[in-house]
Amino acid sequence: MKIERATCAYAGVPVVVNADLEVSPGDFTGIVGPSGSGKTTLLRAVLGTVQPVAGTVRRRRGLAVGYVPQLETVDWNFPVTVSEAVLMARTKGRVLPWASPGERHEARTVLERLGIADLGRRHLRELSGGQLQRVFIARALLRQPQLLLLDEPTSGVDVRTRHDVLHLLADLNAEGLAVVLTTHDLNGIAAHLPHLVCLNTEVIGEGAPADVLTPEILQRTYGAPMEVLQHGGMPVVVDRSGSTDNVIRMRRGTA
Amino acid sequence: MDTLLEPFQFAFFRYGIVVATLAGGLCGLVGIYVVLRGMSYIGHGLSHAIFGGAAASAVINVNFYLGAGVWGLASALMIGRVTRRRVIGSDAAIGVITTASFALGLVLFGAFGVARKSVDAVLFGSILGVTAGDVWVVLAVTVGAAAMVFFRYRALLFTTFDPEVADVSGVNTARTDALLMLMLAVSILATMKVIGVVLIAAMLVIPPVTARMLTNSFARMLWLSVGIGAACGLVGMYLSYHLDVSSGATIVLVGAVVFGLTFAMSGPRALSRAARHTVSAPVMEP
Repeated sequence: MKIERATCAYAGVPVVVNADLEVSPGDFTGIVGPSGSGKTTLLRAVLGTVQPVAGTVRRRRGLAVGYVPQLETVDWNFPVTVSEAVLMARTKGRVLPWASPGERHEARTVLERLGIADLGRRHLRELSGGQLQRVFIARALLRQPQLLLLDEPTSGVDVRTRHDVLHLLADLNAEGLAVVLTTHDLNGIAAHLPHLVCLNTEVIGEGAPADVLTPEILQRTYGAPMEVLQHGGMPVVVDRSGSTDNVIRMRRGTA
Repeated sequence: MDTLLEPFQFAFFRYGIVVATLAGGLCGLVGIYVVLRGMSYIGHGLSHAIFGGAAASAVINVNFYLGAGVWGLASALMIGRVTRRRVIGSDAAIGVITTASFALGLVLFGAFGVARKSVDAVLFGSILGVTAGDVWVVLAVTVGAAAMVFFRYRALLFTTFDPEVADVSGVNTARTDALLMLMLAVSILATMKVIGVVLIAAMLVIPPVTARMLTNSFARMLWLSVGIGAACGLVGMYLSYHLDVSSGATIVLVGAVVFGLTFAMSGPRALSRAARHTVSAPVMEP
């Protein structure tokens, strides 16, 4: 799947300009950037729900794509159990409302693989953030995708859940599934991925974290000065201007 | 016992009670999607818009279902057109267009000297106006809606829960939405004579919200909502005859009592389950 010089716009206002993105089987790519930088729009262009006004999106014929939306967009109170939510992915081939034994077996296999087989009868509201994320990954996997897209999969979740989700995605990627996710978490997620795309309306940099998490690229991506330290062989991004002390001193006029 | 069976000797009551029971079940069925999609105001607005069509049909002597149906469809299209301009929100567009249509209906009824009682019957529902033809219309619409929910169950559920993911998963969400709007408009049209335009919105909301307090499963909620709606229609119509008051008002009041009792028995936790549908999901914190 390849995006070439794509420009996407909402109501005539360009949100993504001249963006290139290539995803091959087995890739694991993170799209990083500030709020409003076009991360979700680029993901939707990959998904096909946003059509670029210029440029091209080439998708391999028959490519099966699974999509996991932001958890914040999900109605936690919707009256569905975990099994009902996962089986929603089965929309083709059967018109009867209830699941066939084969479909139930398939759903159970995916839930077991993600370690949430015992939650099938639970309501979404009764789940933790990590469990809920697994439910929606399970729903996407039930479509047997070759490419999995996730929009901010760790937004608002705790550190342990973030680790769990990251490890789960790494395992799925190791089995051959291509994964593309958006994230604003540079240290917790982006630095751990093999390939990053830094986006601020246009692609600022692309490559391994060590190559793109540099002060110069981060400054152009986020519009703020950042330092990059090394810890255990991995880049650690430090927000230089955003420290609370500096902001307070600037507001008091003492900086 | 004779008092209980007495109304059944009248054909209008037999027709009325069948139509009310079917109408209650139909509202319970369609109302599930109306409530879960946060479309209650559209249901309210469409019923008011159709009132204008009902008045125009009466004045120019056109078949009620045809005139009111075309009027309702035109109102829905106009709402869509105004909303697309983006300057006016859909709620405001519904408010302007449907209320104007309702007002036009009142003016037409007044100007052409339609009896006050006939106007009240359209507004609040009446058992007296129900004919054998109405029974067949409501039965056909109920069977059609049930068939649509049965055969499009998965698409309707997925589109209601998560339209974006449903779209990329191969569900034709635009067609599903259009079918739902059509089902809603036709249901309002079919049940209007018994429940009345002013009170239909309540019957689209009360059964599903009551059902929501009783279960966390969509499939069970569907059955419960249809059952509660049908029971309210049956009991409400029966009480309407004995109390000699409007059928729509009695059916809605029975629904309100069922809602109150369910709330009292299932506790505030269940109510919050039902009410939270209008509140966005919380942001998870570490």
